[in-house]
Amino acid sequence: MKKMNVWAVALLSLVATVSSVQAQDTLDKVKASGTFVLGHRDASIPFSYYDDKQQPIGYSVDLCLKIVDAIKKNLNMPNLKVQYQLVTSANRIPLLANGTVDIECGSTTNNADRQKQVAYAPTTFVTANRIVYKKGTGVAKLADLKGKTLVSTAGTTNIKQVTELNAAQNLGINIVSANGHSEAFLMVETGRAAAFAMDDILLAGLVASSKNPAEFEISSEALSTEPYGIMIRKDDAKFKALVDSAVKDLMSSGAINAIYSQWFLKAIPPKNINLNIPMASNLKKVIAKPTDSPDPKAYE
Amino acid sequence: MGAYDFDVIARSFVYLFREGLTFSVTLTVLAMCGGIVLGTLLALMRLSKFSWMSSFAATYVNLMRSLPLVLVIFWFFFLVPYIGAWLMDSKTPIKVGAFASALITFTLFEAAFYCEIMRAGIQSIPAGQVSAGYAIGLNYRQTMSYIVLPQAFRNMLPILLTQTIILFQDTSLVYVISSTDFLGAASKVANRDNRLLEMYTFAALVYFIICASMSWYVRKLQAKISIIR
Amino acid sequence: MNYNWNWKIFYELEPGATGTYLHYLIVGLGWTVITALLAWTLALTLGVLVGTLRTAGYKWLERVCFSYVELFRNIPLLVQMFLWYFVLPELLPTQWGNAIKQMPPPWASLVPAVLCLGLFMSVRVAEQVRSGIQALPKGQKMAGLAIGLTVWQTYRYVQLPMVFRMILPPLTSEFLNTIKNTSLALTIGLMELTARARAMQEFSFQVFEAFAAATIIYLLVNITVVMASRWLEKRIAVPGFIGSKAQAIQAGH
Repeated sequence: MKKMNVWAVALLSLVATVSSVQAQDTLDKVKASGTFVLGHRDASIPFSYYDDKQQPIGYSVDLCLKIVDAIKKNLNMPNLKVQYQLVTSANRIPLLANGTVDIECGSTTNNADRQKQVAYAPTTFVTANRIVYKKGTGVAKLADLKGKTLVSTAGTTNIKQVTELNAAQNLGINIVSANGHSEAFLMVETGRAAAFAMDDILLAGLVASSKNPAEFEISSEALSTEPYGIMIRKDDAKFKALVDSAVKDLMSSGAINAIYSQWFLKAIPPKNINLNIPMASNLKKVIAKPTDSPDPKAYE
Repeated sequence: MGAYDFDVIARSFVYLFREGLTFSVTLTVLAMCGGIVLGTLLALMRLSKFSWMSSFAATYVNLMRSLPLVLVIFWFFFLVPYIGAWLMDSKTPIKVGAFASALITFTLFEAAFYCEIMRAGIQSIPAGQVSAGYAIGLNYRQTMSYIVLPQAFRNMLPILLTQTIILFQDTSLVYVISSTDFLGAASKVANRDNRLLEMYTFAALVYFIICASMSWYVRKLQAKISIIR
Repeated sequence: MNYNWNWKIFYELEPGATGTYLHYLIVGLGWTVITALLAWTLALTLGVLVGTLRTAGYKWLERVCFSYVELFRNIPLLVQMFLWYFVLPELLPTQWGNAIKQMPPPWASLVPAVLCLGLFMSVRVAEQVRSGIQALPKGQKMAGLAIGLTVWQTYRYVQLPMVFRMILPPLTSEFLNTIKNTSLALTIGLMELTARARAMQEFSFQVFEAFAAATIIYLLVNITVVMASRWLEKRIAVPGFIGSKAQAIQAGH
C-alpha cells in the first residue's frame, strides 16, 4: 500500500502542476499547423447537420466558412485546410477548450455561465426553449408533464433549465437525458417520453423531417430566450477580433440575409423540406446592431 | 409500426462497413500491437528485481483493472490534449482527434491485461531455461529476448488472441464519445431513420459472426499449440 | 492551460437541487451498487445452473449450454444493452411493448440493465463453475453415487460446496467486473456513478474534478470488495484446494 501511495502522490502532483492559466492563440496555432478544425453537429437542423452523404452543412456552417475566408485573407494562406470534427452538445465546450476544434459552428446558446469557459461571436440567431409533444396526449405546457417523462439532450442549456424549473416549482417531472437530438426526438416518437424540451427552431426542423409531422405540436409557452452564437476559445483577443469583424461584415453588407433565406426559406437537404420561417424581429434587431451579450433581456 | 424495413441495412451497408467497421478493426489491430508491446514491457518491469519498477507496474495494472473502461475513455478523451501540450511545452492544447484519443486509451488500458497474461506466460517458463541461458554466457536482455519471451509468447498466444477478441468488443464503447465505429455508425442510421430494431439486430449479428469465428479459430489454435511438458 | 480549477464545486448545489454535487455522485454510487447486486444475484443463480448442466453428462444439454455461452460471449455488452433496451419492446406484442416503454425512469433503464448484465455475467460464472467442477477429483462424484445419492444430490451436497470454496477468487473478480460493467448502463439512461460524473461535468464544466471524484470512488469500492473477499476466503477456504486449475490465467476483464 505504501508504494501505491508514493505513486499516487506523484501522479496527483503531476496533475496539480498543469494548473496555470495561459493565453490561447488560435491564429498562431493555425499558421503553424496549416489546418483549421471546424466543429459541427450531426442533427441541429438547419444550423449544422449531416446531409445524406454524411457531409456537414447548415446555416452556422456557412457562416463559419465565411469566417474561414477571412482567416485565409488575414494569414495570407489561401490553401488553408479545413478539417471537420463532429461534436455533441455534451462535448463541444471541452473539445473547444482542449484544442480539438478551433471553432464550434452549431446551435450553441450564449449565456453568462458559458462565457466563463468560452467566448462567442456576435449572435446570429435568437430562439426560445419550448417542448414538442404528440397531439392528443393532454400535454400543452411544462406543468402538464407531472408524473410523465420529459427528455432533453445532454449538455444543453435546455436540460439544465428544465431540471432547475422542475426543482424550483416542484413539478414532479421525470427528466431523462439523451445523447443527441435525434435520439431524444425518437423517444417522443416511440412513446418512451411524453415531451422533448429543446430550442423551438431545432424542434421545427426535427418535426418537419419526421415521418408524420402532423402528429406533433410545439408548445406556445416559451421557457427562455436562447441567443445562438458561434463559439471560440476564451482569452484569445486577436482571433475574437477577426471573427467579430467577419460576422459584423456579413451583417452590415446584408450577405447574412441571403444565407438565412437559403436555410430557412428554401428547400433544404436531405429531404428537400422548406421550413418557411421568415426572419423574426429579434433577429433583425441583432443584425442591425450586432451584439454578443449573454443577457436574454438584450434580445427582446 | 408493423413493417420492418430491412432495406435500410442494404442502403447504409457501404457507410457501415467503410466508415464504421474500418474504424473498429483499425483501432483493434493497432491497440493490440501497442498493447502487447507495452504489456510485455510492464510484465518484465513487474518481475524485475528493482522494487520501484515492480511497484510502478503493479500500481499501473491495478489502477487500470479497477476502473470501468467507460471512465478511462472519458479521462483520456478530455485529458490527452492537455498532457500533449504539457509534454511539448506548447501554449495551446495539442489537437488530438477522436481516433487518436481512442487509440491511446485502448493501448494503455489493454496493456494492463496483456501484462497479466505475459506475466503468467513468463512465469510458466521453467527456471532451468533461464539458468541455461546464463550458463552459456547470455546476459539478461539476451536471455529474455531469445529464450524466455518467444516461448512465453507461444504458450500464451491463444489467451492473447482471446484478449484481442475482448478488445474488439470493447471498441464499441467509443460510442460514449460519439465516435463512428461500427456500433456508432449503426446507431446514427438507426436514429436518423427510426430503424432501431433492424440496425441494432444487424450490428449484433455482425459482431457475433466476427467474434464467434475468431473464438473458433482460437480454440483450434489452442489444441495445436499446447506443449506437453 | 485554458482550464478553470474549482475543487469547491463539490459543495455547490446541482441544478436539480437535490443536494450538493458530492451528494449527487454518492447517490450515483448507490445506483451502481444496487444494479451490480441485482445483476450479480441473477448471474449467480443462472450461472450455477448452466455450469452444472454443462457437466451433467448429457451431450445435447452440453451443446445447448455451449451455444448459450457462445451467444452471450460473442456479442459486445454494449450491443446487448441496446438490444434489451431498444429492440425488445419492438419485438413484443404492441401492448406489452408500450407498457415497457411507458415505465418511468429509473425503472425503464434499471430493469433492462439488470437483465442484460445478469445474463452476460451468468455466462462467466457458468464458465468458472464448470472449470471448478472439472477440477474436482472424479472420485468425489463417484463416492457420492456409491453411498446412494442421486446425481443432483451429489451436486448439491458434495461437489458444489467444494466448488464454491475453490472458485471464490475468480468469482470476486467477476463481481468486480459486474460493478465496472454497470457503467455501460449510462448509455440507456441509468444515472449511476459514471453517468452522474459526466452530467456533473456537463452542468459545471469542471471535467477533471468530476472524473477524479468518480475514479477515487471506484477505487475505494474496489479495495472494499477485495478486502471483504479476502476475509471470506480466510474463513471458508479448504486447505490445499485454493489454487486449482480454475485459477489459471484467463483473458478478459
